[in-house]
This record gives sequence, C-alpha cells and structure tokens, in this order.
Amino acid sequence: MQGHSSSPSMSRDALRQVRRELIREQRMVNIRRFLHNGLSVVGLVIVLLMLLTALFAPLITGALGVDPYTSLGREMRLQPPSAAHPFGTDNVNRDVFARVLYGARISMTVGFLVGLLSALIGATVGLYATVNPILDNILMRICDGLKAIPNILLAITLMAVLGANMQNVIISLTIVSIPGVARIARSQALLVREQTYVEAMRAAGASRFRILWRHVMPNILSPIIVQMTFTFATAIISEASLSFLGAGIPIPAPSWGGMLKEARSYIYNGWWLVVFPAIFTALSVLGFNLFGDGLRDLIDPLSGR
Amino acid sequence: MKKYILKRIFTLLPTVFVVSVVVFLLVHLTPGDPAAMMLGDDATMEDIAALHTKLGLDDPLYIQYFRWIGRCLQGDFGTSTAVIGQKVSDMVFSHFRPTLTLAVYSQLITILLAIPTGILAARKRGRIADFIASIFSLLGISLPSFMMGLGLVLLAAVHFRWLPAAGYKDLFADGLLPFLRYMTLPALSLGFIHAAYMMRMTKASMLEVLGSDYIKMARSKGVKERSIVGKHAFRNALLTIITVVGQGFISALAGAAVVEKLFTIPGIGTLMVDSIEKRDYQVIQAITLLIAMLNVVINLVIDLIYGLCDPRIRLD
Repeated sequence: MQGHSSSPSMSRDALRQVRRELIREQRMVNIRRFLHNGLSVVGLVIVLLMLLTALFAPLITGALGVDPYTSLGREMRLQPPSAAHPFGTDNVNRDVFARVLYGARISMTVGFLVGLLSALIGATVGLYATVNPILDNILMRICDGLKAIPNILLAITLMAVLGANMQNVIISLTIVSIPGVARIARSQALLVREQTYVEAMRAAGASRFRILWRHVMPNILSPIIVQMTFTFATAIISEASLSFLGAGIPIPAPSWGGMLKEARSYIYNGWWLVVFPAIFTALSVLGFNLFGDGLRDLIDPLSGR
Repeated sequence: MKKYILKRIFTLLPTVFVVSVVVFLLVHLTPGDPAAMMLGDDATMEDIAALHTKLGLDDPLYIQYFRWIGRCLQGDFGTSTAVIGQKVSDMVFSHFRPTLTLAVYSQLITILLAIPTGILAARKRGRIADFIASIFSLLGISLPSFMMGLGLVLLAAVHFRWLPAAGYKDLFADGLLPFLRYMTLPALSLGFIHAAYMMRMTKASMLEVLGSDYIKMARSKGVKERSIVGKHAFRNALLTIITVVGQGFISALAGAAVVEKLFTIPGIGTLMVDSIEKRDYQVIQAITLLIAMLNVVINLVIDLIYGLCDPRIRLD
C-alpha cells in the first residue's frame, strides 16, 4: 500500500517492477552486511558443515568402510586415533568417527524439528494472545508458569514421564521452548498492530483473522526465525544433556550426549572418546549461536553487542 | 513500599498456580498404575482396588489436585514408590546440602570471575582484554556444563592429576579443604556458562552507566577514574548484576542434575536422575516443584530489592 507516493501515470506493472527491484536491492545490502560481519560468516560455515555432515554421514562412513554400530573385533577395543580410525575406537570396538558423524544426524534432526515446531506453535500462541485480552491473560500466565520451571528440569521431568526415545526428546524440548517463542511473537505482534497500515486494514473492514495471518504474521517472521536458530542451539545442548543423563536418546544410537555418558567410565584410558563428541557438540552450538547473532544484527542493528 | 510488595506477591499467584498444576498433571499423566506399581506383580485386583480407594485415586482430578497441593503446603510430598515407607520430603532434604553448598560455591567463583572481567572489558573496550572476554563469553555460551566438566576432568584430574575426578566431601562434616579439593571442578563446570553471561551483562550495564551524563559531569569535575568506576558506575550497574546473580543461583540449582551425576555428588540432581530409572515419580515431582517455587521466590526477592533501591520502579 505504498503506491500513493509514485506518479499516477506509472502503470501497475511498472510499479511492481520497481518494488521488486527495491526488494532485490535491500536483499543484496542485507547479504553484504551479513558477510561483512566475520563472526556470522564463521557461524554460517559451521552450520553448513554440520548440516552437510548430517546429510552425508552414510556416504562418508561408507567410503571409509566403517559404520557406527558394528564391532570391529576384540583387538580393536579402545584404540587411539589412527589413519584408519581417525577418532579411535570405543569400549565395544566401534569406530568413533562414524559414530560422531551419525551423531550429527541426531543433533541436527532434534535441533531442526524442535526449532521448527516451537516456532510454529509458539508463534500461533503469541499471535492469538493479541486477539483477545482474556485469552492473552490465560496464555501468558501458562507461559509464565512453564518458564518458572528451569528448562532442564522441565525437560527431565517430561522425559521421565514420557519415556526415553528420540520422538519424546523432540516433544519435551518443544514444550520447553514454546513459552520463549510465544513471548517474542506476542510482543512483536503487539507492536505491529499499532502500525497505521493495520489500523487502515481494520477501518477497511478486513476480518481479524485476515489481519492476523496476512498482515501481522509476515511482519513478526524475522524475529521468530532468529529465535529459531537460538532454539536450534539450545536444543542441541539439551538433547546432549538429556542423553548424557540416560533420559534422552537410548543407546546404542550414536547421540553425542550418549557417547559422552559412555566415555565417562573410560576417561582415564580413552581421552578421544570424550574429546571428539564434545568438540562436535560445542562447535555446532557455537555455529548456530553465531549465525543467530548475525541474523539478529541484520533485522535489528541496535540489539546485542 | 508495602503496597508494592503486596502487588508483586499478588501477581505471582497465577504463576505459582500454573506451576503446581503443570507439575501435578505431568506426574499424573504417567503411564502405569501407581497402586499396582506399589504393590508389585503378585497383587490381586482387589488389593489394587482397595489401595486405589485408600489413596483417593478414584476421585475427580481437581479433588486429587487440591488434596495434593494441601499436603505439599504442609511439607508432605508423599511416600516414595521405589524405597518402601521412605518419605519423599526426607529423601529430598537429606540430599539438599550437597546441592546447596555446590550452588553457593559455584556462584562465588562465578562472581569473582565475571564481575572483574566484565568491568575490565567495559573500560578497555575494543582492546585485547575486551577481545579475550568476548571469546570467554562465546565459549561459555556454547559449552554445556557437563562438557565443560568433562574437559576439566580430562585436564585437571586425568592429565595433571591435581584434583580428584569425582566424589564428594561435605563442607561441614569433612572440613573446608577436602570440600574445596572435591568441589572446585564441579563448581567451575557449573559456574562457567553463567560466568560468561554475567560478564556480558556486567559489561553492558557498566557501558551504559559510563556513557551517562552524570559520569561525564563527574569526569569534568575531575573525579578520579578509580572513584568513577568503583563508586559511581559500579553501584548503578549493581542492580543488573544482582538480577544476574539471582538467575545464576537458580540455574546452578537446576544444572546440578547434570553436574552432580558427572561428579557422583549425592545431591538432589543425582536423586532426581536416579529416580527416573526407578520410576519414582513422587520424588521427581517434589524436586521440580521445590526448585520452581524457589525460582519464583528468588525472582520476587530480586523485584523487591529493585523496588527498594530504585523508587521509580515502585510507581509503575
């Protein structure tokens, strides 16, 4: 609805063309600004590497002739890193490199699904909270209550109740992450609703539903996406912590946290069992955090730092 | 002030209610029949039905909730289903001391690490100290506490053999030195993440204060830099720091589950994790409720301190 500033002689198509070019230009500026920030590029590279690792884990390990589950024979127990087994072997004679790569699949799947589901549900909750003050009160009090229980404790309790498996890890961590997203979605939506164009829509007789989904929702998308990358990072940490406690993804699945749980007993005779899963976890968390910081600086250059 | 306190407490009530309902429902929705589990495999249907009536498991949900919350308010969290006849409150309180001493110790380390580095980073903005502080805070945010712990064990216990890799010595029963020997690694791994956050917040609030007009005024009057940072800026940055310390204490209590398990410390974290395997839901319920309530109370106290220090807050 920004057409009134242009001359009336311009055709609709020409206007559309100008708009498209403006958007493209803004996009280029954004990309350049993002790339200018060294740390966000580091984050982006790590994120891409982790996603590729997760995607191609079977191909890479297949080419090396190893897999995360098969025992290599008793003489291969707790062998330090070597050319054939770059990350060494574990207490049940498995190749640690293959397990770490497959671990990326678990972490990325959990992180992605938790990020996506909590963004979808959290944004919906936050958006609907702005429609009706009574609903708002109820939803926000529920969020406050959930946030009062420290995240890891709520996750442990949920896992204790639901039972340890991957699906339940995703469900628990999504529930834990929803209140945070809902708060952000709500506060952003409240800001957007104050804008003149929303007022104009309302005056023009657009339905509440249409305003909410067609006009408010797209405008709160950026902060939600930023939050998604942070949720991704926290979900990786939480899954690793839960699996480390034996309340997450059960063995023999090669989750990084589960590998560290096993490594704990061999810490005096197998440092590689600890170091490699730990490095991969820390790196991916760092990557998503840096990437998220970069995105956040893009949409709101005043925040952070 | 009295009005402010009442208002704060009143706004907390819905949160407390929601927390208790969530915790109650969570455990109530567990698969399996608690009565059948308590009686074991060779219980008859009649026995189970009798216990159901005795425990009130046939009553409507809201009646069960009010009965449960009523008992909780009197400090009775029920009996353990894993250790027959053991009261949950006794179990929790006997495990509370290691967790509490560990949390306090880790907070002390955190404060000593984070506040000086935060102030330094704010003063030497853009210099080496600031850069090192940023790396430190990035690391702290990316490393889960148990990985930090494993790294510390690998370094300080396995490689250098300075400190024991696991175990627990009580501050009061075994003395200060053994306590420090055993608890320093757990406290460090618990405090590190929060130290990073506290450092960032200290830096940010110091920068904010240092840029304000009255500091410029003090500078132009010729007040010594030392006194500006120490007396004028730090005091005003303190409010933010108090909040962060409060949050840190809660996250230390919550994070204890992982760190205690890693260092085999017999605190409530270990108790909670062990209770998952034993399906002792009453214990999990009690610990979650207690820590959530503690969280609410600590946040209330922080709010009240705010109101006390800054009269402007009381008015809105």
